[in-house]
Parts: sequence; C-alpha cells; structure tokens
Amino acid sequence: MNQQTEQTPVVRMEHITKHFPGVLANDDVSLELYPGQVLALLGENGAGKSTLMNMLVGLYRPDSGSIFIRGELAEIHSPQDSMALGIGMIHQEFMLVGNMTVAENIVLGLKELPFIPQIDEIRKRIKELSARYGLQVDPDAVIHDLSVGEQQRVEILKLVYRGADILILDEPTAVLTPGESRDLNKIIQKMLSEGKSAIFITHKMDEVITFSHKVQVLRRGKTVNTCDTASVTPKDLANMMVGRDVLFSLDRCPYHPGGVRLQVDHVTVDNPLGSRPFLDDVSLEVHRGEILGIAGVAGNGQTQLTEAITGLIPISSGKVYIDGKEMTNATPLQIIRSGVSHIPADRGANGVVGDMSVGDNLAMKKYRTNEISHGVVIKRSFLRAFADKLINAFTIKTPTQDTCVKFLSGGNIQKTILAREIDSCGGILIAVYPSRGLDVGATETVRQNLILQRDQGNAVLLVSEELDELQMVADRIAVMFEGKIMGIKSVKETNTEELGMMMAGTEDRRRDA
Amino acid sequence: MRLAIEKRDTKSRSMALIIPLASFIISLLLGALVLAASRTNPLQAYGAMFNGAFGSARRFQYTIVESLPLLMCGLGVGIAFRLKFWNIGAEGQYVWGAIGITWVMQFWTFLPTPMLLPIGLVVGMILGAIWAGVPGFLKAQWSVDETLTTLMLNYVAIGLAEYLYINAWKAPLGNMGTPEFPEAAWLPRLWGKIHSGLFIALALVCILYFLLYRTRWGFELNMIGKNPRAARYQGVSIKKNIVIAMLLSGAICGLAGSVNTAAIAHRLTRGVDAGYGFTGIIIAWMSGLNPFASIIVAVALAAITTGADALQIAMKLPESMGEVLQGLVLIPLLAGSIFVEHRLVLIKKETA
Repeated sequence: MNQQTEQTPVVRMEHITKHFPGVLANDDVSLELYPGQVLALLGENGAGKSTLMNMLVGLYRPDSGSIFIRGELAEIHSPQDSMALGIGMIHQEFMLVGNMTVAENIVLGLKELPFIPQIDEIRKRIKELSARYGLQVDPDAVIHDLSVGEQQRVEILKLVYRGADILILDEPTAVLTPGESRDLNKIIQKMLSEGKSAIFITHKMDEVITFSHKVQVLRRGKTVNTCDTASVTPKDLANMMVGRDVLFSLDRCPYHPGGVRLQVDHVTVDNPLGSRPFLDDVSLEVHRGEILGIAGVAGNGQTQLTEAITGLIPISSGKVYIDGKEMTNATPLQIIRSGVSHIPADRGANGVVGDMSVGDNLAMKKYRTNEISHGVVIKRSFLRAFADKLINAFTIKTPTQDTCVKFLSGGNIQKTILAREIDSCGGILIAVYPSRGLDVGATETVRQNLILQRDQGNAVLLVSEELDELQMVADRIAVMFEGKIMGIKSVKETNTEELGMMMAGTEDRRRDA
Repeated sequence: MRLAIEKRDTKSRSMALIIPLASFIISLLLGALVLAASRTNPLQAYGAMFNGAFGSARRFQYTIVESLPLLMCGLGVGIAFRLKFWNIGAEGQYVWGAIGITWVMQFWTFLPTPMLLPIGLVVGMILGAIWAGVPGFLKAQWSVDETLTTLMLNYVAIGLAEYLYINAWKAPLGNMGTPEFPEAAWLPRLWGKIHSGLFIALALVCILYFLLYRTRWGFELNMIGKNPRAARYQGVSIKKNIVIAMLLSGAICGLAGSVNTAAIAHRLTRGVDAGYGFTGIIIAWMSGLNPFASIIVAVALAAITTGADALQIAMKLPESMGEVLQGLVLIPLLAGSIFVEHRLVLIKKETA
C-alpha cells in the first residue's frame, strides 16, 4: 500500500510533547496515518504509546504540538470530540455494560438516539454491519454470556455503528486465542478495503508483521524509527524497541525438585451463576525448587484456582495443604502468613491501590512486621527506607516514592507488585499472567525473578496464556480446560502441539505424576 | 468558543486547599442572595452574625460550646466515610449517647455519685457504638445498604428518646424531660460556659489523628477506602474492619451525645435531636476527613448557628435562616471538588 504520495494523511500528529510529573511521556513525536493503512505502534511499557493515542482520542491534551485530521487542524478535548472526527479507540479493558444486550450497548450514549429507541431498526442496522464486516454477534445476546473475543467484536461494532473510520486498537490480541486473532485480522482487512485505517498498539513482533503496513517504534517517549513493515525482521524491531539485544533464553539451575510445599487435592469450586463449576476436581502439587506452569485459554478456571488457594473464594469440596498443613478455606491473611505470595491477574484492580503512594504500596504486606512497624504503630522512617530499598533493588522507575502508583506505567506498576510479593515471600509464589501487557524488558525482569525464586528453593505456581513463556520458564505444565486439569506434563517431555491439543479440550489419557 | 472540563494529569494539591475556602466564600455569596430576598442587607446581616458569634466573651464561649458536639460528630462519621461507608446515622447515635448517660444518672443510683459521670459517658459510647454497629454488621454480612439503615435508625432513636422524656422516664414535676442529674455529676465548667468536654474533643482529635495516620489499622482503612479489592488481596479483612470502624464511629457520636447532655441540659429533654449528627456530615466532608481541619470547620459552622440566633434578634429573621446558610456551605464544596482532579479549559475554535 504505497498511496502516501498522492493522498493526505487521515491522521497527522506533529511534534507532540507531553509531560507527566517527573516523566516526559512523549518527546517531540510525529506520526502519519494514511487511508487504508495499518500503522503499528511498537514500544516497551512506558514508551509513550498509550499516552500518544490517548491524546488522539481526547483523554489527554498535548503540552505542545498539533494534530491534523484529514488535513485540518483539530482541537480534541474529549472522547466525544474525537468520535465526531471519526476516531474510535478499543481499550484493553472493554467498556461494556455486562447485564445489557449487545444492541443496547452499541447505542448506549448515542446523542441522536430518540427518547424511545426504535430497537428493530437498530437491530437491523447491527445485523447489516455484522454481515458486512464478518462480525458475527447476536444483537440480543447479553454481554455477560459472550466470550472475550465476541465482546471485542461488540466494541468494534460500536465504533463502526458510530461511523468511526480511524480505529485505534490497544493490544487487541492480548486476550484472544490464535483463531480469534486470525478472525480479527480478516475483519480489519475488510475495513481497510473500504478506506478505513487503523493504529495498533502492541509489543508483539509477530503481530506487527501480520497486521501492519508500517511500523513506528517508540522508546522512552521518542520515535526511534518509522519504516515499512515488509523491510524489517522481528529481531530488528526488538533491538529498536529495547535498544539492546534481547535475551530469548534464561539461565537457570538444573531441575532438582524438593518436597511438596503446596498441594491441591480434588478441589471443586462451584459457580453460583453458571452451569459448570469454576473448578472441577482439580488436583496438583508444587514442589520446592520448581515452577509449575498452568496453561490454558483465559477463562478456564485459572484465576479461580489461584483465588481458591489464596482464600479469596470459597472452596466447595476438596482440600488445600500448605507444607502438609490443611489450609482449605483459610482467610487470605492466614494463607499469606503461611508463606504464600500472590501476584494477581488484573494488576491495576487487584494488585495495587492506585491512589496510594508507591512507598505505601510496597509496604502493603510488610506493614504488619517489625521491619516497618513497632507494634501497631507504623514507623514512617522505616517505611521510607524499606520502600527506597525495594525501588532500587527492582529498578522501579518513579519520580519519588510519594508518587501515586496509578501514575506509573504498567511495567513499573508490575515491578512494584513483584518487589512487594517477592520481598515478603515465605516460600510459595503464585503469579497470574505476570507478564501480560508488559514489554520485552519488563517481561524479562518478571521471568528472571520467577526463576530466581525457584533456584532459591521456593515453589512457584505460574499461570500464563503464552505457551512460549511456560516452556521457557516452567519445569512442569498443567493444562486447564473448562475448570479441569487435562494433564500435567514435564516441559522436557512435551511439545507445543500436545499442549495445544489439551488446551482445546482433548484429555490426556496418560496422566503422569 | 466553549468551556470544557478536562482531566488533570495529577491531583492538584493547591486545589485541595483553595476549594474549601473558595466554596465557603461562594456559599456566603449565595447566602447573600437568600438574605437579600428576605429584604435584609446581607452585609449588615453577616456583620450581625459575626458579632453574634464572636462579639463578646459570652458569645464566643457559646460558639465554642456549640462547636464541640459538631466536632465530635464530624470526627465520628469521618471514620466511617474513610471506608466509603456512608454513616448518616450520627444523629441517632448521638441521641443514644444522651439516653445512655441519662439511664445511668437516673437509675444506676447504687453507684457513688462521682462515678456516675465517667460510667455514664462510657455507657453512652457503648449504646452509640451498638446503634452504628448494627448497620455495619448488616452491610458486612449481607451487603445491606447502609445509607438506608443508618438514616432510618435515626428516627427510631429519636422516637424512643421522646417516649422516654415524655412518658417513661419523665420527672414527676413539669410536663416533659427527665429529672435533672445530680449536680456533682455534671461535666465541670472551665471558663464561663465552656465545659471540660473541650478537653475530651481535643483529645479525640489527637487520638484519631494518630490512629488514622500512624497505625497499621489506619493504613488498612486507607487501603480499603481506596481499593477494597486490592486490600482483600493483601489479607485485610473488609467485613471485620467495616464493623470495627462503625463501632468506633458510633461510639464517638454517642460520646458526643453523653458529653453534651452531661454538660448542658443535665437531663434528657426536648431538643436532644438538635441536628449535630447531620451537621457532622458536612464537617467531615469539608475537612477532607482530616481531624485537625475538623476543628476549624466545626467552629465555623457553630458560628453560623450562634450567629443566626443573633440574626433573629437583630434583624428579625427566622431562626431557620441559620440552617439555610449551613446547608448552602456544602453545595459549592461538593460541586467544587471536581476541580481537584479536573480543570476548566477555554476552547477557542481555530481554523487550519
């Protein structure tokens, strides 16, 4: 697609600069997007990709620089302004109302909607659009009942319904299965053929290659390079992104598992709303000095497994043992005290208190101990010293330890959680999608730390959707499907194909110990 | 050109200070409109109010006395508000404090007289705590909405108090009110009208500041208030803390009731539901839940009340004008709090 020469770009951002307290998020960044084109924005966490796009959709205002839409200078102060210009963004967290139908969600908030909506016409139009772009969704389905992939289609429909022709997708494939990703690609190709265009925020190289025509790499708020996708290799891109060669394999001690630290014995967790239980007779063991990986497509009971172990949701039947002691349905505090650390899924919602400082967030486990408190009194000087120590040890990038944690980038928020949980770990570490949405550098830090814990003799339970990650980091892999364990395999004795089959629901006949 | 509201990149610290001040000034301006509508010169009226609140030693004392129950109720509801638990039942908890101390004074006669006061205060606290603890427990256990339960329980408490001072506990002489407490059991006075409840209130400010900002429990309340899910993941029990915070919140409001009764009316009688508990909500909000800031806010609101009495005498305006002015204080504050995280921008339509 080399139509640049004769066309005006649909989006032109010129010399955009944006400061946050103590952070220069975008430093003189320019960007051009042409009709019918997909531009991939590639960069590490905190590189400034999302900030740049948030200015395009009116969530932030640039400190300096200008934005031109279809050649005209645009003042975008709110998402409504950007929608009026035909710009729509699909965020990583979907903005859908769970207990309303697809059709209701699509027209929700539309200004031209009459007081009494003509629901039949809306339904008809949704069906037309669905057929046109291959977005199969039932307009009367309730959002609750849809898979993540279907919800994403609803988000796309919502934008198309509103007439958006510039789509911004923030890591759209992070939550999709490989099949769903291929469908998404088809949908986007169809839209491009109609002259729409798209910007993709990502840090996955293969995604850049399959989806985009042009790629712009950001590093520390600056543009490193902009080039045609066809002319680069994934390795080039990775180097541009982090500015050094990336380690693709990690050093580790040989596998010598010790005694059992965590045992899950025939655990079932009922689902009060659904037809099948969250967890169905799950059994597994994690030993000293090993990483047990849990593979599976998101939503097959992995988070419930970790929440059941950590006392956050009730176990209906079965038992959990920690170091041989029964801890079934113990309180979260009792589980923490028995040595379990937890890096939860959805780090912003579960892992940190966004409105509290980095220092306070780092102290959220140790505040109970003499390291920070004297009896019931928190010693602020101890807390500050403790936080500084962890900020240095884990190279957390923050202006000061008093900055609210919500102002940090995703990677630094995850480092904050990692620092707190590893520091307070009493021998069992549970990590749920710890590298989800992180860039290469931060992902590497997370994985190295998990392996370090294992090498120090701790038991690690790692939930991940990425088989590459599990095969690189774990010693054994358990595959979950619809709340059941389909099989547990030693990493050395299995392969991607076999694991993939189990993830799709084919039970492994030869269950091994 | 048009105006738009834009999100700030960080919370503005200066705004957190400017807003309460600016909204106080705006509320004075709004009040001026109301006064002007009542055919009164607002400047004269405010002058009379200021004079009524601080114009003489006696008036100053009266304002301080009036500020003490306000301060204590503000501190009490502030604790619950930290957890985003909307305790609007301080009025009922205050009334229970008054009932509690009256019960001790009137019926626990087996106690030596000097013991009546301390034990009465403690019983008032306990009854206030129970009255608040019930909605706390209902919320923690079954997620029963606390705004309804705490509000409704106010009317139960007020109704019961009425029954007691008109009927069951009524003094043989007079047509309402319980018998006066023995004089030796009154809360001692310090200077003119100002009584030793002042020490109790100021001690509470210090204790709460320490508790909320310096202890592990305060840290936990902060976590729960700002992100209950994350707090739970860190092993903090939300149910337990809601109940504890409500018990403490109710205990302080109850103490306000028993202190005030032991210091001023010396019996349970009409006017026990003077609205301190409701005004306490305004105080908690305006002070940003900070105990020390509550002192200033409580005195300011007390001054509006005492000033309004003077308004009635000097300007022949109804007493309820004070309540109107108090209510007007909160509205600009709530409207203004948006500017802590947002700012107003003027958009000029530019052409390319």
